[in-house]
Amino acid sequence: MELVTFSLLNGVVYGLLLFMLSSGLTLILSMMGVLNFAHASVFMLGAYFSYQLGRWIGFWPALVVAPLLCALAGAAIERFGLRKVHASGHVAEILFTFGLSYVIAELVIMGWGRNPIENRVPAVIDFAAFKLWGTSYPFYKALMMAISVGMFAFLYLAFKKTRLGLIIQAALTHPQMVSALGHDVPRLFVLVFAIGSALAGLAGVIGGFALLTEPNMANALGPIVFVVIVVGGLGSIPGAFIASMLIGIIQTFAVAIDYSGLDLLRGMGVTIARTSPFHEVLAIKLAQAAPIIPYLLLVVMLIVRPRGLMGTRDT
Amino acid sequence: MRTRFLACIAFAVAAGARPAAADFVIAFIDPLSGGAASAGVSAQKHLAYFTDKINAAGGLNGEKIVVNSYDNKVSPQESLIMLKKAIDEGARIVFQGNGSSVAHAITDAVLKHNERNPGKEVLFFNYAAVDPALTNEKCHYWHFRFDADVDMKMTALTDDIKGNPKIKKVYLINQDYSFGKAVAAAANTMLKAKRPDIQIVGEELHPLQKVTDFSPYVAKIKASGADTVITGNWSNDMLLLFKAGKDAGLHVNWYTYYGGGLGSVPAIGKDGVGTLKQVTEYHNNFFPQMQPDEAAFKKRFPDKNDELFYWRLRSTFLLLDAAAKKAKSNDPAKLANALEGMKMDTPLGPMEMRADNHQLLQPLVVSTLSDKTKYDIEGSGLGFVTDRKIDAKDTALPTICKMQRPS
Repeated sequence: MELVTFSLLNGVVYGLLLFMLSSGLTLILSMMGVLNFAHASVFMLGAYFSYQLGRWIGFWPALVVAPLLCALAGAAIERFGLRKVHASGHVAEILFTFGLSYVIAELVIMGWGRNPIENRVPAVIDFAAFKLWGTSYPFYKALMMAISVGMFAFLYLAFKKTRLGLIIQAALTHPQMVSALGHDVPRLFVLVFAIGSALAGLAGVIGGFALLTEPNMANALGPIVFVVIVVGGLGSIPGAFIASMLIGIIQTFAVAIDYSGLDLLRGMGVTIARTSPFHEVLAIKLAQAAPIIPYLLLVVMLIVRPRGLMGTRDT
Repeated sequence: MRTRFLACIAFAVAAGARPAAADFVIAFIDPLSGGAASAGVSAQKHLAYFTDKINAAGGLNGEKIVVNSYDNKVSPQESLIMLKKAIDEGARIVFQGNGSSVAHAITDAVLKHNERNPGKEVLFFNYAAVDPALTNEKCHYWHFRFDADVDMKMTALTDDIKGNPKIKKVYLINQDYSFGKAVAAAANTMLKAKRPDIQIVGEELHPLQKVTDFSPYVAKIKASGADTVITGNWSNDMLLLFKAGKDAGLHVNWYTYYGGGLGSVPAIGKDGVGTLKQVTEYHNNFFPQMQPDEAAFKKRFPDKNDELFYWRLRSTFLLLDAAAKKAKSNDPAKLANALEGMKMDTPLGPMEMRADNHQLLQPLVVSTLSDKTKYDIEGSGLGFVTDRKIDAKDTALPTICKMQRPS
């Protein structure tokens, strides 16, 4: 019971962190058709900015300012980089963001060094939110949940209920028409890119001390975010939300389960001899295989349902 | 005239491409980027410090030591490419330590190279890859290990557990590769022999340097009711495990190999006082006064994260210098011959490079984290105090190595 409750809590927190990262990415991807490889790098920038700003102006202001800085960086990337590359097609755009992710990583190393920085949980939020069966639950994780859920509500409402949301949605499918109606689609692109980057930055502020702030953090989370948006369906905010939670919870529970293929077969009355060539493979516990489960899900999803859970068009 | 001119150019080109004839080149192949970079970068600084020290004293038999660094991203494949490059660039000794999987690849490649290129041998100085197989099944003449292996360190840790009757339930969490598995296997056999009453309530192998949040693993440790955790985790895997444990309020005894490694002590903080134990060859409170090398190292690298963590690299370079003097040559084959069986006194007691398997026997120290030490770690206000020192001769374990010496 204890293990189930905490695995669930940990899974939900991890899922919500993934959502913070993937919501911005899926927005950019669906709108501009650009698979932004630098998205996780902006997340990393958010973590480093908040660390630096936190030392100067305190945690709460940094929570607001760091994402704004990321939004500015995102807008600049779109306006002065992607827009120029756009004319050369999607491959050029992907290569551009790919290269950019390396540039950002190197800049971070130049600025803050290769070692993990001491981005500790700020003292103002470093206390236990509650205690269950002797295990404390840190407040910052609760805060992380609240911010992520708030972000989901904001995005969902903004897209469904506001005029700007409607225009962005229209530009998703019919950019020429939206443009012909007198809307400035390129400016809309800058706006979307900035919003996406701000969301990544916000995730970085929280993720920075929840995980580890180091130049490799973009690589550590980048691949799994792609899994989330493909499984969730391109451009679907609810899809990204469901997929994030799904992956977060599945992965966390898998770690908690110590059963292997051998145990499963034994349950069915089959025993495999130690000398059998399959023994080694079947002896791998689910907990050990946990990290590959999301990627397995990705492969299965692409085969069975290429548009993802909530997507409207094929990947 | 023309041929002389061409010869001049050819010579100039050759001199530019290769290090000057009077340089002794050491290749440092370790992670300098990625999740394990902190360990590699720290060792790189140690190499710079100790080679400069030898160079300032006139070099190795008059040759200046030059260190070339190669980033292998803890990948065995990448390391082999880097090794080839290093040998092409004139390396005579290869230093590597992070990742026993990498050490396995390098030790095989070095052996193969030396068999095929007699007279142009390179030595492999392993300063931290501690899979026992490297000095047993896979031992060979060109490999020297300067760190105590998994079994030697586990002997020290389990002797400690033996004397602590309060420990009843032990959880093993390790990295899923040769080293982590060796730690788990050693803990299993030794606990069974020394404390058969202890229950091993969990055995975990997690991916190497890939886990970003250890909370799910900590939830499992909590649920198992363990009072003690044994782990060989290093670098980010160690500090993230501590961090998740601290978040969840996990109160256990930590028996670690690298609990004092970079970033780990600040990550566990006060929670580790009295509970975090490590086995190392040294720690900065071993002597009442800071050692001259520590002071000089701090002066050269004043950042608070830079500690003289690899005391064994001090031993390594003392032994190398002595071997070069004894052999009166910097030829790797002669150096290897001189190193075999070499004995030396250190401030902690005598040490010896075993001739039968090329494992350095050096004093080991079991220590516990405390908040009342003279010198702290990374400005955390916490430092280690010695529980027990084990003399070099008492750390020796039987080996199955059959050393083949070049005839």
